[in-house]
Amino acid sequence: MGNPAGAGVDVTRQEPARRPPLPDGLIAVVKRDCPTCQLIVPVLEQLAETGPLTVYTQDDPAFPESVSPTDDTRLAFSWHHDIETVPTLILAKGGNEEDRTVGWSRPHWEMLTGVDQLGAGLPEFRPGCGSLSVDPSLSTELAVRFGGSVLQSRRVELARLEDPFEAAFDRGWTDGLPVVPPTEARVMAMLEGSSRSAADLVAEIPPDLHPATVEQIAINAVMAGCKPEYFPVVLAAVEAACTTEFNMHGLLATTYFSGPVLVVNGPVTKRLDMNSGSNAFGQGNRANLTIGRALQLVVRNLGGGRPGEVDMAMLGSPGKLSFCFAEREHDSPFSSLAVERGFAADADTVTVFAGSGPTAIVDQISRTPESLVRSFAVCLRSTGHPKLARAFDAMLVVSPEHARIFAQAGWDKDRLRAELDSLLTIPGVEMVRGVDGISEGLPEVPADGKVAKFRPGGLQIVHAGGEAGLFSAILDGWVGGDIGSEPVTVEIQP
Amino acid sequence: MTTSNATSSTPSSGGGNPLVVLDPTAGKSAADLQPAPRPASLSGLTVGLLDISKPRGSVFLDQIESHLDRLGAKVVRYRKPTFTKPAPVDLRHEIAVNCNAVIEALAD
Repeated sequence: MGNPAGAGVDVTRQEPARRPPLPDGLIAVVKRDCPTCQLIVPVLEQLAETGPLTVYTQDDPAFPESVSPTDDTRLAFSWHHDIETVPTLILAKGGNEEDRTVGWSRPHWEMLTGVDQLGAGLPEFRPGCGSLSVDPSLSTELAVRFGGSVLQSRRVELARLEDPFEAAFDRGWTDGLPVVPPTEARVMAMLEGSSRSAADLVAEIPPDLHPATVEQIAINAVMAGCKPEYFPVVLAAVEAACTTEFNMHGLLATTYFSGPVLVVNGPVTKRLDMNSGSNAFGQGNRANLTIGRALQLVVRNLGGGRPGEVDMAMLGSPGKLSFCFAEREHDSPFSSLAVERGFAADADTVTVFAGSGPTAIVDQISRTPESLVRSFAVCLRSTGHPKLARAFDAMLVVSPEHARIFAQAGWDKDRLRAELDSLLTIPGVEMVRGVDGISEGLPEVPADGKVAKFRPGGLQIVHAGGEAGLFSAILDGWVGGDIGSEPVTVEIQP
Repeated sequence: MTTSNATSSTPSSGGGNPLVVLDPTAGKSAADLQPAPRPASLSGLTVGLLDISKPRGSVFLDQIESHLDRLGAKVVRYRKPTFTKPAPVDLRHEIAVNCNAVIEALAD
């Protein structure tokens, strides 16, 4: 449907929050693009004969010509007087509203106007149409224009000849890809995605420990390309990443490859159409990519964490642009990551894990869990280095085809983990420095002669991926635990 | 430079009013933060050496310490619990109270 008022809307200019006064008498608000408004033109002509009548028109200033309409294409009258439907008929006296009716109803109009025999020949009743002032595509812009802004952030006026995309690069606000220009209207729309108020503090963002508000995070979520409905996930991810346990500061500063990997669990993944299946780590899904990107833009722009400065990664990894996926829960034989970490099966959560990757596990031959788990173990042993242990964490991402082999044999997640723990308890003599002609390794053999590859809690197991492919994946972790990073799960609040 | 045309409900910066965006940063600039005045000489001053706990950082700091000895400085050694995290606030306070200057060694 045409939207003439919307075509020229200029959201950059804020108008005084002055409420246009109500003229005494009858007031009608109409638009040409409404069949009911067209139907009642003879009624308006009839009322103009009987007393003072002001007709405000939202789209075509010449409609309806016969009653000398007042131009409300800026929608100031409609917005300030809460017009939700056209036609709306208001009775005002002394600048105050006494009564109003919406749509066309002969009895209601006759009662409100005190005029009998209105609209002879018209049907008794016709519903109205939506007012342009509540059109979803305009509502946030109008709130900026008339409502006065609640936003505290500094306004940056770009020169007329400045390309807004180039301007963001010039000011150092991007991760190397273009960002969506964070206009006030877009940020207002983003804020509507969460029930939290703009001024709420969310977290202190490392490395500068800047106390970030919901509004500041919304600006970066806009830039990342998020839809407003993604915003609660972004807020939860920021909260999780900025905990002492997760240690975003150290993760940023390390020369190692890792960055924050986000795993989202719960019904929210379906609502946002997140990808947990084919190509879940790859390109193509807006929610996956922009939620992960928003967290990284927050760290860059609000925390001051930029590559080559505090971020001293030797090579980094492409996942540091964005690494976010949903766990494939609907046909998983395993309890989910969120349930394992103490949340309800229907809770919406985001878990941050310090990692990079993926590294492939190929096993197209095993048809028994005993064989397949050995493949997993031998590949997991290589995390970081096959002769290092208890240093680097890992996340094992089991594919549907591999998971089915465990499910068919009755193995649950606890069984899989127990078997992996056993297989990854390695004779220390294989691990010490110099063995196999490799200087790297553990400095000495522990007293009991055995070494666990992973610290307790250092191996996460998640189910994700497409229907076909007898592969699974390892996301190599960073240094785990107190001296590095502990995975953190936060419940997503609406 | 040409400008891209945005969607109908979004202003373009070409020709119309200037586009206004919101600053996505914390709004701090490096110019706001001034380093402390540099001492003219280290002789007689207490200098803290903060080891961030990277392997072999102490080897480097040993060399610095002997150099500072020759300059007549009194050296106090400190060590962060782990290089992966910022120095705890208590350690930072201790150094600030006890030292006239501090050298933090980052080795890799």
